[in-house]
Amino acid sequence: MVREIGVREIEDIATGAAVLGTGGGGDPHVGKLMALQAVTECGPVKLIDLDDVPDDALLMPLAMMGAPTVLVEKIPNGAEFPAAYDALKNYLGKDVYATMPIEAGGVNSMIPLASAARLGIPVVDADGMGRAFPELQMVTFHLCGVKATPMVMTDEKGNTLLLNTVNNNWTEAIARAATVVMGGSAMIAIYPMTGAQAKAGGIRRVVTLCQRIGEVIREAKIQRRDPVSAVLEVTGGFELFKGKITDVSRRTVGGFARGEATFEGMDGYKGRTMKVEFQNENLIATCDGEVWASVPDLITVLDAETARPITTEGLRYGYRAVIIGIPCDSKWRSPAGIATVGPRYFGYDVDYVPVEQRLAERGGALR
Amino acid sequence: MIYRLGIDVGGTNTDAVILDEANVPVAKAKTPTTEDVTSGILKVLDLVLEPGNVDVAQIKYAMLGTTHCTNAIVERKRLCRVAVIRLGAPATLAIKPLTGWPEDLKAAIGDMRFVVGGGHEFDGRRIAPVDEQELRRICGQVKGRAEAVAVTSVFSPVNTEDEKLAAEIIRSELGDIPVSLSHEIGSIGLLERENATVLNAAVVRVARSIAEAFDKALKDRGISARMYFGQNDGTLMSVDYAVRYPILTVACGPTNSIRGAAFLSGYRDALVVDVGGTTTDVGVLANRFPRESSVAVEIGGIRTNFRMPDLISIGLGGGTIVRADGGNIRIGPDSVGYRLTREALVFGGTTLTATDVAVKLGIAAIGDVRRLGSVTSGFAEEAHRQMVKMMEDVIDRMKTSPEPCPVIVVGGGSILVPDKLCGASEVVRPAHFEVANAIGAAIAQVSGEIERVFSLENLGREEALRQAKEMAVQEAIKAGADPSSIEIVEVDDVPLAYLPGNATRIRVKAAGKLAG
Repeated sequence: MVREIGVREIEDIATGAAVLGTGGGGDPHVGKLMALQAVTECGPVKLIDLDDVPDDALLMPLAMMGAPTVLVEKIPNGAEFPAAYDALKNYLGKDVYATMPIEAGGVNSMIPLASAARLGIPVVDADGMGRAFPELQMVTFHLCGVKATPMVMTDEKGNTLLLNTVNNNWTEAIARAATVVMGGSAMIAIYPMTGAQAKAGGIRRVVTLCQRIGEVIREAKIQRRDPVSAVLEVTGGFELFKGKITDVSRRTVGGFARGEATFEGMDGYKGRTMKVEFQNENLIATCDGEVWASVPDLITVLDAETARPITTEGLRYGYRAVIIGIPCDSKWRSPAGIATVGPRYFGYDVDYVPVEQRLAERGGALR
Repeated sequence: MIYRLGIDVGGTNTDAVILDEANVPVAKAKTPTTEDVTSGILKVLDLVLEPGNVDVAQIKYAMLGTTHCTNAIVERKRLCRVAVIRLGAPATLAIKPLTGWPEDLKAAIGDMRFVVGGGHEFDGRRIAPVDEQELRRICGQVKGRAEAVAVTSVFSPVNTEDEKLAAEIIRSELGDIPVSLSHEIGSIGLLERENATVLNAAVVRVARSIAEAFDKALKDRGISARMYFGQNDGTLMSVDYAVRYPILTVACGPTNSIRGAAFLSGYRDALVVDVGGTTTDVGVLANRFPRESSVAVEIGGIRTNFRMPDLISIGLGGGTIVRADGGNIRIGPDSVGYRLTREALVFGGTTLTATDVAVKLGIAAIGDVRRLGSVTSGFAEEAHRQMVKMMEDVIDRMKTSPEPCPVIVVGGGSILVPDKLCGASEVVRPAHFEVANAIGAAIAQVSGEIERVFSLENLGREEALRQAKEMAVQEAIKAGADPSSIEIVEVDDVPLAYLPGNATRIRVKAAGKLAG
């Protein structure tokens, strides 16, 4: 199935991407404006289903890496993506069939759309996270043995780096250092792969999911329906808690912004307290000391009235919020997936238990 | 005896107050805000001087908080045509200046936009040298068309030199044209800061004309005072600065009432509830200043990020319309506004308002209570209960900690607020509460603020904070503060996510009294 992504679709996808961003991934706003300018100038983008991609076709994901705070100040030139695309294509010596998002949560939902419009290539409706994560090896393709390199990094000045590394952890370390030198944000063409590899490792129809989330939030507002339950319906997620933020503490550990938000229960949760711990993204949610959800499942804080997602930087006292848990893609639930992005990788002495199983064990109603 | 005059223009009323040396109000006045704003200011000035108890020659300071600039933007009237220049190429081309602006506003300012080489990285390194030749070419192109210039350079909050150089070049090519520089207006976030800078450039003429009108009005009445404008963060700008950076005045009204409430009540930390004719604004007083908003604020449909007080505004004021909707009662959000004295039931009108409810319950005694025969006590009680609930909800959202805190109530409509509120440790109604905003304008201090990205790897957090505080103090002195009275009133540091090397964004504000 092929469909066109234009202005309206981009608006909705950006909203949904912020929900799947689980508090991090960068505000899609700048990415959205880039994508809007690109489709306005070059016409809409074709979105294709992963099943329609030939097995031997070459796919080339595009993304930005670095600090979203830098991105909102030093906006890209726009030519970084074609430059990264051309450099990697020439190195591989093959035609590229389509691009795709590596990370559908946050600002990286928008980069492939903006790039595809300018390059005149389609975007595949799949990604490697189904959410946002902070490091390059944290993609489902990594679990299937796809290498991040050869990878190209570019900046607005015209610098182009081609990386060939021994493994994906080295890619992360070297690329992260280069990003700082390039000015805190860099544009990347990464994880070049075949259609067959994408089918084996990718998370399907995630762009469409983002769009659906954005649509239901927008429509709920018009129809005066509860937007939070509409989000739960389309994502298959669960309401974990409803409360008011009573405390937010932040600290810097090893260059990462870590912190914790405390919610005092409202409505059916009165008298209970939930804590959401974050490190760029929301990682773990505990209620009265008991873990209710953890990575790799998605934990998102939504404004209780509008269902607008609240980023970790935007958390502050007084917000009334609904904390939702969305089951992650089953690929993350494999032993390799949990080793890569489970709670222990992020430094929590907690076993991963799927969010719906934790809910069932508490006697909660499954949807 | 030396006096200070404060005037505040609100959506419903224009207020004035005169304070003596001990900051005691010796005269106050209130008159409906007029459509042209200026005639309301002249009127209130005459009213406040009418008792004749103040020697006009001894009024040494005159502070004005006004909505002229906001109105000009919202109405798209009297705006300057602006040459929009961004320094940042080759970066930033993916999103052009004025992206997302409404077409009518873009047309009103002439739609001239350029991106040239220049700008810095987050750590202060250069992206590219300023393209002087291209700048001069652009000046030639807009000469005679542009009435003002807005200059925004990438990471100018970290390094201001490119914007300053560009201003020099522009002035050398175009002569005495108003040039707005983004680092003096907004913080990190290029598009929002650029938008604010462009809006600023668009209203410089409006600001100049109001400054001239205010000056003339004062002189005509024998007042030779130093003039100041109130700004969004609750501090003052000299009139020279205000005509260059008028956008910093757009939200001074609510700020003035928060500051006035602080002064009248003597509290440093509290919530301030300002109930006017149309809305209730709830703000936070933190260390005697309004807490600032951390999210993008829209003005006239444009996303900006300049310094604005963090407020929640709900449609509840003295003129708010109360309706019986089947078995339910609906409060607002619409209001009869300045027509209250004609349209409310107690004044012989036909519209049931919040004021009528207050009169029915005996908490206010204005107009004619006998005209409320059709309103039952039960209805009035239920309507009032709902209004109080609306206020309590907002108070709860704005509080900075779960403990009950003092709530200071000001504004003409504050009779609607009961003496006990959920979440409030006490409800404080200071004297002169009805002109708190004009008092806030009169007593305001001057401030300096900086926001920069620091690398903690070499400096360490303590040293970075020390440097930032010193810079803010220097800014306050430049703005006219008495160095001995300067205090640090706000410190905020947020680490940059997804970036090693401990880069952190530090924002510091210092404020002090006006130097003699």
